[in-house]
Amino acid sequence: MVKTRLGALAETCAVHGRALSGGTMASPKSRPLSPHLTIWRWGPHMVVSILHRATGTALSVAGLALLTWWLMALAQGPEAYAIFDKAARGPVGLIVLVGLTWSFFQHLLSGIRHLVTDTGAAFEIRVNKTSAILTIVGSILLTIVLWAWLMGVRP
Amino acid sequence: MSIGASSTPLGKVRGLGSAREGGEHWLTERVTSIALLLLGSWFVASLLLLPGLDPHTLAEWLSAPTGAIPMALLVVVGFKHALDGMKVVVDDYVHEPGTNFAVNTFFLFLAVAGAAIALYALASLAFGARA
Repeated sequence: MVKTRLGALAETCAVHGRALSGGTMASPKSRPLSPHLTIWRWGPHMVVSILHRATGTALSVAGLALLTWWLMALAQGPEAYAIFDKAARGPVGLIVLVGLTWSFFQHLLSGIRHLVTDTGAAFEIRVNKTSAILTIVGSILLTIVLWAWLMGVRP
Repeated sequence: MSIGASSTPLGKVRGLGSAREGGEHWLTERVTSIALLLLGSWFVASLLLLPGLDPHTLAEWLSAPTGAIPMALLVVVGFKHALDGMKVVVDDYVHEPGTNFAVNTFFLFLAVAGAAIALYALASLAFGARA
């Protein structure tokens, strides 16, 4: 796995090097691209990296829109809140809310992992892979616990 | 001016050199993420510990300073972090400079408008004026 990655990376660097040192500027169409999804072998770290972006986008758009609607509905009084409440308790509303809850926990745990790797730590393959898997296990568990609690399940 | 648009060697080098800025955006993303770690945990814990999730209990919680102030911070920092994050996504996928500017400006307006609406709602709850 490591070998394949390093191989792909070396190849990219070589292509880059040629393009940069070639003297004549290559036309925009033939300029080298950095390796993208098709080149990497899938693994937990890659999945978590993509999930961080996907859940962040979901929280930014749907999450903040719902938070704003929720606050506005509360401020406008019981009639306005009843509309929000009805939507939130419907099948679509529940799927969206559970999805956003999982997105929140996934983004939070993956974010903590990012803060750790920002310090230069946890890049060893085993630690990196294990922590990636743990963010997914953790986010699913936290989502189940939170919704069980909201549904009235108490330990 | 885009990289490589200059015809002189010096201009090309200048175009490829340090922008002397940009680090701030990266750092702000991290700092707001730490704040959201605290505010997000507070939000989840509050929802779990409130006596109920009916509109009356929720409005009472958010009209008291202990609810209104952290929620206002969550709104402001949340929208800022979302805006910074979306800019990274947009810059990665929208390459044409004009479209890139348009999409980023759209998200900026959306974030500022969203934060303003959410803060107005909080203010009406806290100061007792019906929105």
